Amino acid sequence: MSDQPESAAPHRAGSDVPFFAVMGGLGGSYLLLIVALLAADLAFTSPRHFAAALSKPEIQYAIRLTLVSCTISALMSIWVATPLGYLLSRFTFRGRWLIDTIIDIPVVLPPLVIGLSLLILFHLPIGGTNLEEQLQERLGLRVTYSQPAVVLAQFAVACAFAVQTMRVTFDQIDARPEQVALTLGCRRSQAFMQVALPQAWRGMIAATTIAWARSLGEFGPILVFAGATRMRTEVLSTSVFLELSVGQLESAVAVSLLMVVAAMVVLGIVRLLGTRVSR
Amino acid sequence: MIQLDNLAIRSGPFVLSGVSLSIAEGAYAVLMGGTGQGKTTILEAICGLRTVIGGRVLLCGRDVTREKPADRGVGYLPQDLGLFPNMHVRGHLEFALRVRRWPTALIQQRVEELAKLLGIEKLLDRRVQHLSGGEAQRVALGRALSFRPRVLLLDEPLNALDETTRDRLCELLRSIQKQSGLTTLHITHSRSEARLLADQLIVLSEGQLAERPLADLDHMPAVPDETPCSPAVERRATTSRSPSP
Repeated sequence: MSDQPESAAPHRAGSDVPFFAVMGGLGGSYLLLIVALLAADLAFTSPRHFAAALSKPEIQYAIRLTLVSCTISALMSIWVATPLGYLLSRFTFRGRWLIDTIIDIPVVLPPLVIGLSLLILFHLPIGGTNLEEQLQERLGLRVTYSQPAVVLAQFAVACAFAVQTMRVTFDQIDARPEQVALTLGCRRSQAFMQVALPQAWRGMIAATTIAWARSLGEFGPILVFAGATRMRTEVLSTSVFLELSVGQLESAVAVSLLMVVAAMVVLGIVRLLGTRVSR
Repeated sequence: MIQLDNLAIRSGPFVLSGVSLSIAEGAYAVLMGGTGQGKTTILEAICGLRTVIGGRVLLCGRDVTREKPADRGVGYLPQDLGLFPNMHVRGHLEFALRVRRWPTALIQQRVEELAKLLGIEKLLDRRVQHLSGGEAQRVALGRALSFRPRVLLLDEPLNALDETTRDRLCELLRSIQKQSGLTTLHITHSRSEARLLADQLIVLSEGQLAERPLADLDHMPAVPDETPCSPAVERRATTSRSPSP
């Protein structure tokens, strides 16, 4: 063991200012970029542009379709994500890695590819017919280039994010109470419904919110699978594209800001719920 | 009666094999052994929460090896208690009875009986997050006893408790077991806890279970996390202990 040098001065740790300056500087640069983007949008548009955009029947239709399709897609996502997230969190089984990988495909794949794949799926010839024709004949339901395609395109991507959220939610919930419930006479379904699910409500709200927000931002798959027909399959993200394509930049910015407000409200709900969400 | 017949249990990548043991009907058996030897794994296998890859588990003479945990009639108190965070204390005591569709009046009667037995009458409408360590242990014990199981399995139930609470719970466990005649298997590291409670001493060492005379407790090496019960309670309990079968 070495002796302490007699002449050594008392140890001083030094200032923490450089640490916070570097960390804050690096992190703050991204924050600054987002704020600058929003500020530029706000500076470009005016309440007059905003009112003009909102008064267009096409934009009003797009707002309605966006609210309805995002809500349906988010509700569908939570119905699927809750059981899937639970099974992946609680059980280890052969081939689980494959399921994990398949579920992550919509997260990593370019959204446009999802849209293209949906289009191909519905029109792939199988025995002289295809899925689209079968649905039209049997159920009278037209999917491609109509409103169901909007919901399906949103769901295909948003659900993957909801599954991730629900999986993390159940990972964070201790499995022991469910095991005890089994010894107390419960079936698996009873342990899930009476013990696990009541603890997962925050995560379920977060997953629904995330799915809703992802659906709001979906553009590529909707464009390919549902098209961008005004007063039919136009949602707010396609409105921005359509307004831009006809040179209505002010209107496009106004719609973009409307989407920013909607996204902030939704993300605010997540923050309020205080659920840690891992993406 | 609890009987394990040459049991092989999978625990992650490990397999605990050749596990045999017999606990007489109504006996209070204490299972001791070093940390990481597989005591909890054995308890979980008896509950049906672990995959048994060989051998048999017999409870009260019935082979339950392939039965679901729900059908085994085992009262289980895990080390971390596993209380239901979304329920009040009353909900815990009612839980197994509601699952079994007992009539409401009988459920209320049983809850009152348990609350009185465990001294938790005033806690019935409290959320479990607001319970002290000793109170939480009592609630978990009440939940395990609620449906009148044939067998009670306790995994280090008195750990992390202060000495006074530990002493009271030792007394409570013993009196409940005497009254109900439950066959009990209790895991502990504490020799004093074992002296106080055990009719039968089982030691797990190097994957093998061996029954040892209670007198061996005086010669066993101390386990690092052992916390003794106070001598006063030990004396009281020793004099009131029923003779070993």
